[in-house]
Amino acid sequence: MADKKYWKGLEEINHASTPKKTADEFPDELPVISELGKADALASNRRDFLKMMGFSVTAATLAASCEMPVRKSIPYLVKPDEITPGVANYYASTYAEGGDYCSVLVKTREGRPIKIEGNKLSKISKGGSSAAVQASVLSLYDNYRLQGPHIEGEEVSWRNADEAIKGELESIAARGGKIRILSSTILSPSTKQVIKDFIAKYPTTKHVVYDAVSCSGLLSANEVTLGKRVIPNYRFDVADVIVSVGADFLGTWISPVEFAAQYSSRRKVTKTNKRMNRHVQIESYFSLSGTNADKRIMVKPSEENAALLHLYNAVASKTGGQSVTAGQLDDQHKAEITKTADELVAARGKSIVVCGINDVNAQLITNAINQLLGNYGTTIDLVNYSKQRKGDDAAMNELVSELSTVDALIVLDANPVYNYPDVDNKLKQGLEKVKLTVSMNLKKDETSEFCKYLCPTPHYLEAWNDAMPKNGFYSITQPTISPLFRTRSAAESLLKWSGTDVSYYDYIRDFWKQNIFPKQSRFSSFDVLWDRAVHDGVLDIEVSGELTVGNIDAGSAGAALAKKSGGEGMDLVVYEKVATRDGKFSDNPWLQELPDPVSKVAWDNYACVSKKTAEKLGLKTALNKINESVGTETDLLTVSANGYEITIPALVQPGTPDDTLAIAVGYGRDIAGKTGFIGQNVYPFLKYQSSGISNIVSGVTATHVAGKTFKIAQTQMHHSIHDGLNERRIVKETTLAEYNENPFAGNEDRAFVQKHLKSLYPPYENLKNGHHWEMAIDLNTCIGCSACVVACTAENNVPVVGKDEVRRSREMHWLRIDRYFAGDETNPSVIYQPMLCQHCDNAPCENVCPVSATNHSSEGLNQMAYNRCFGTRYCANNCPYKVRRFNWFDYLGADSFFKGTIFDNDKDPHEMADDLTRMVLNPDVTVRSRGVMEKCSFCAQRIQEGKLKAKKEARPLKETDIVPACQDACPTNAITFGDINNEKTEVFKIANDERGFKVLEEIHTLPSITYLTKVRNKDKSEA
Amino acid sequence: MSAYESPIREPLVTGGKTYHQITRDIVRSTEGMPPLSWFAVTGLAATVLMLGSLAILYTLWMGIGTWGLNRTVGWAWDITNFVWWIGIGHAGTLISAILLIFRQRWRTGINRSAEAMTIFAVMCAGLFPGIHMGRPWDAFFIFPYPNTRGPLWPNFNSPLLWDVFAISTYFTVSLLFWYSGLLPDFATIRDQAKSKFRKLTYNALSFGWTGSAKHWQRFESLSLVLAGLATPLVLSVHTIVSFDFATSVIPGWHTTIFPPYFVAGAIFSGFAMVLTLMIITRKVLKLEDYITIGHIESMNKVIILTGSIVGIAYITELFMAWYSGYMYEQYAFYNRALGPYWWAYWIMMFCNVVSPQVFWIKKLRRSVAFTFFMSIIINIGMWFERFVIIVTSLHRDFLPSSWTYFTPTIVDIGIFAATLGLFFTLFLLFARTFPVVAMAEVKAILKTSGDTQKQRHTEHVDDGHHGGGEVAGVLRNKA
Repeated sequence: MADKKYWKGLEEINHASTPKKTADEFPDELPVISELGKADALASNRRDFLKMMGFSVTAATLAASCEMPVRKSIPYLVKPDEITPGVANYYASTYAEGGDYCSVLVKTREGRPIKIEGNKLSKISKGGSSAAVQASVLSLYDNYRLQGPHIEGEEVSWRNADEAIKGELESIAARGGKIRILSSTILSPSTKQVIKDFIAKYPTTKHVVYDAVSCSGLLSANEVTLGKRVIPNYRFDVADVIVSVGADFLGTWISPVEFAAQYSSRRKVTKTNKRMNRHVQIESYFSLSGTNADKRIMVKPSEENAALLHLYNAVASKTGGQSVTAGQLDDQHKAEITKTADELVAARGKSIVVCGINDVNAQLITNAINQLLGNYGTTIDLVNYSKQRKGDDAAMNELVSELSTVDALIVLDANPVYNYPDVDNKLKQGLEKVKLTVSMNLKKDETSEFCKYLCPTPHYLEAWNDAMPKNGFYSITQPTISPLFRTRSAAESLLKWSGTDVSYYDYIRDFWKQNIFPKQSRFSSFDVLWDRAVHDGVLDIEVSGELTVGNIDAGSAGAALAKKSGGEGMDLVVYEKVATRDGKFSDNPWLQELPDPVSKVAWDNYACVSKKTAEKLGLKTALNKINESVGTETDLLTVSANGYEITIPALVQPGTPDDTLAIAVGYGRDIAGKTGFIGQNVYPFLKYQSSGISNIVSGVTATHVAGKTFKIAQTQMHHSIHDGLNERRIVKETTLAEYNENPFAGNEDRAFVQKHLKSLYPPYENLKNGHHWEMAIDLNTCIGCSACVVACTAENNVPVVGKDEVRRSREMHWLRIDRYFAGDETNPSVIYQPMLCQHCDNAPCENVCPVSATNHSSEGLNQMAYNRCFGTRYCANNCPYKVRRFNWFDYLGADSFFKGTIFDNDKDPHEMADDLTRMVLNPDVTVRSRGVMEKCSFCAQRIQEGKLKAKKEARPLKETDIVPACQDACPTNAITFGDINNEKTEVFKIANDERGFKVLEEIHTLPSITYLTKVRNKDKSEA
Repeated sequence: MSAYESPIREPLVTGGKTYHQITRDIVRSTEGMPPLSWFAVTGLAATVLMLGSLAILYTLWMGIGTWGLNRTVGWAWDITNFVWWIGIGHAGTLISAILLIFRQRWRTGINRSAEAMTIFAVMCAGLFPGIHMGRPWDAFFIFPYPNTRGPLWPNFNSPLLWDVFAISTYFTVSLLFWYSGLLPDFATIRDQAKSKFRKLTYNALSFGWTGSAKHWQRFESLSLVLAGLATPLVLSVHTIVSFDFATSVIPGWHTTIFPPYFVAGAIFSGFAMVLTLMIITRKVLKLEDYITIGHIESMNKVIILTGSIVGIAYITELFMAWYSGYMYEQYAFYNRALGPYWWAYWIMMFCNVVSPQVFWIKKLRRSVAFTFFMSIIINIGMWFERFVIIVTSLHRDFLPSSWTYFTPTIVDIGIFAATLGLFFTLFLLFARTFPVVAMAEVKAILKTSGDTQKQRHTEHVDDGHHGGGEVAGVLRNKA
């Protein structure tokens, strides 16, 4: 009876609370769903809502009540006419430092100069610039500058200083005491006139010009040959064959910005112009010019003279000149030099020979070669001769020897205590005896330590000045900011002391009115001329009167030179680095952070040695460094010569001759500014010899310092493009001969790569609409000068991280110049490749960012949203070009706490974040905080500015509207930027050139930068 | 579970345990004052944790620059440690989930500790994605929460985002699984407790478990559901971790072999860590009857299997580098083996490929001391595997101009030490407060796999009373 129900009591039937046996108490299937289904009362009600809201509001109030500091920004009470907040003003000006010349545009924002750009109106610098020019704006905002006049260390007023100095000068003049003005090369004709006026007032005054790295020999030779102590106007742009003997004309010699522009204008090969100049460099250390040479003949420093003489003889034998006795040289070098001479002779009248040896006889021989080749008047212009070096080593030597009898010494922008080879301390002892010593300089230096009076001069961006770098070329320096400190132009001080109470500005105007205005006919009114000159920054005047080339006694010059060639044992050659040059600006952090183009070492000088020499000296760590390509550790060397000794890190540098040390000057300053004490001073190794201070020292001893190593801040290790297994196709090169046969030469594989570029995804059609920004970089005209790197640093507020961080490979440069060696291990050829964000259209960095902080713009830019980035570094790992830079620390003090306490958590070893230095920051570019990734933005702020400008003027965008900082700085126009979707742009043309290739195109990142194959002017036998 | 197990299978519980003895053996370790040695070891682990935490605080205060990373090597010890810890966690999940589904009875002796290990390892691992960020205070950007910035969502294409989901899911499921398994055992401890505090605490921990049939029934279904959820996770978590590398373009990372290779490696390292912990635990807490030599041997068998898979993966990578004809890939592997980090590569090769092969020898497989030694070797080897993949691939990739070298700083080492400190501190606390062996589960297999019970089965066969056991008896006689 199935339906019969048993019950144990009435309770069971009547009470619902009694558990009922249900069918599914222990079901076989999972009861989860049915159990969950019962929870149907989950919906919240009004009370819960109010409770939650009450809590949230309270919590938010508590959390948000932390007080934020109030910062007041005060608007202009009366707005200056020309300043619109947020809009930059540009003023033409002139950079003239110790003979280095560059016409510039100064970009100012709200009255602050923040960026230096090249002035395209200049016929000399042609809109180019150098690393030093780009970095000069940082020197303006430097707390280490002198902030007012000093007398014996006491800060005084200008009136007190003037009275004291004038009084002393007058009493010295009254008793006929010797007064000397010591300066580096002065380009300003007005200042020169001021000095003349000063001499007129104090007739016992003599003006001695002294350059740390002088061209004294060249000037003396020209005095003989040309009858005038000047430098001729070299025209590398019309020379077919260029031979340089130890002159780094692309990096440091006389006027590198100008020469680089001229030189590269002849290396822009295209299908229609398949000719380019041929450059042979004979040198004893790896200079920037040497790395760019088509043929580099490497000789020992002491053999440079012999090499020059052999060159002379080889030229003379074919052109009918007298032969001279030449020093010893091995047969291989002789053969190479003879071949070079053949090339020169074949290009007679269209060749140029320059020589960097600071010796009058070597320069005479060079002049003789140029004369035999008929280069004067063609490639060496004698009308617009140059005044860019005036230093006279003999005059300086004389000054030093008579110093103890001198009564007054006024030092104007020179620092002999640091950079004069004062072997027997004659200079220092003499200085102590001089009664009146005045230093007129931007900041304290080694020489000013010996001076009683410090009369600080303004930075060139703060004062009026003028310049005449070459005959007929004038230039104006105008102030772009009120002087930050109590400073006064040196010229104005000299005027004061000679009793002329006019401002220097009025003086310059007057000088121009008297001396320049009458020489021209273009302007009928002086005011118009002046306004034009101030506006343009430059004024060119037709000049006539060619210097005549006299007879050159090559025989005696050669004989004298031959005596000096050759040398036993170790040679030392000291050279200038492209960035830090003679050491005047070695306290500029931007320049120190810039790796040397050749060695890729920043923040130090070092002794370059060849591998063989390293083996001989037992430099195991240094050799290990190149063999293993890991770490930064290298050996220390003790170098001694001429009674001076230093200990310096060694660097195995390919391209250095055996038994040779090459060490850069400009380091080891005793007065260090922001950069601190770095490197060793090598000026004291040098010696004044009969006609000048040679940069070559023979008979040097170098010994390995056992048991000690040094960590060098090198950004790139010694890797060749060949990784040990394969030849990586990252850079491409060919020879002119091959290029002439096939414009795809060296780039043949691109067609294969492009054919195989296939994707599963449809192409990004939308990138073909509107603008699409791309860049083209010509590897043939990039000389590696690194002006672009500093320009990028200045434009984009790239932080300086310091030596220690560079040692850890944490430099922040958005744009770097990769240097690869090729070929022969001892004397390799070099190829430079500017490497920056490639703005890939299929960017590997973009898809891996978990928060889309890096993403693609509709105009093809790979953008960074700094606020969104939280720093997983995944993008940098996945970037095949390794161009992304991470803010490992708070380098710019963007969010530091407890500054100056032990809890200080920013990393600013070079005082780049103090209030004064921060004035150099570009307000258009975000200062990145710690923990954020950054990289090249293609100067997004400039793109925006250019677009807005076109929009305001209601016209289509022009190519010239948008010029990124790197392109702007480039002296050789190697960089082109523009809209690839516009077929009329230069970048479109270049991108479709046969030489065009993209780096790592085969991994289908679709980069936006096209590189052009490097073409070396080599014949087939050299290739 | 089936009520019968072949007598040729080793007993999984030895020492002739009764249910009560099992309860006492396991609960004993949670009672009373721990020995001095425990305080010493825990103190040491906690000290390491504290010192290491200073390194973490220093990193948070100063920035990632305190580590040895550079512009080319953006990840090194951080992600190495992360992957290593995540990998270690895998053994716990494998044991609790996959072995449960495959009805491997030997899992019962070790699953509790292995799951605890998983939880702690994932906690250690989870630390790294957090602190390796440049701006950890903005870590919440990673979560897809509605916001007023658009709304702006995270990038769903990024493997790092997948990681966040994979690991948080993994951690949640593992924690639930572990804790739900603990409920009946907490109740057992409560029932054994004498002090009121203990009773209250364990009662709360057990969520008021009464042991009713309904409780057991729900408990079993939950276990099965969680096992079902956890099983794909065993494979997915490390697959997704491997995507961090596999989806990139960097030679040495960009490879499709990574998912299975990483999963095998994870299980490999996880079992090694389980062995390290279990060999000490069974000795110290005298649990040799529950974690028998047979257990150790079973785990060693898993190690030899996964170790061999890993070895094949390494060799396949080398083969593919050569076969691909892709110069960057070729160099990446050439550089691994012969570049500046050759030592790391060969440590990895020796520890992970060569050394586990000795377990083909039964005697070594069953040697406690040797297994312990090997488990340490494998842990080292697997750490180096991740280091080799991450650092040697990054430090020399496409452009030779950017090649660098990575050297860890004291902070890198400190943070790794901190996680080791955290891991062992938590495990030691666990060992003295939680039942380290799943009592309920061991009791469930006692009837089938206990030694006396097996003995009884065999005796029945000999008596000829129990026809079902005849075959086994014959086999046994033959043996």
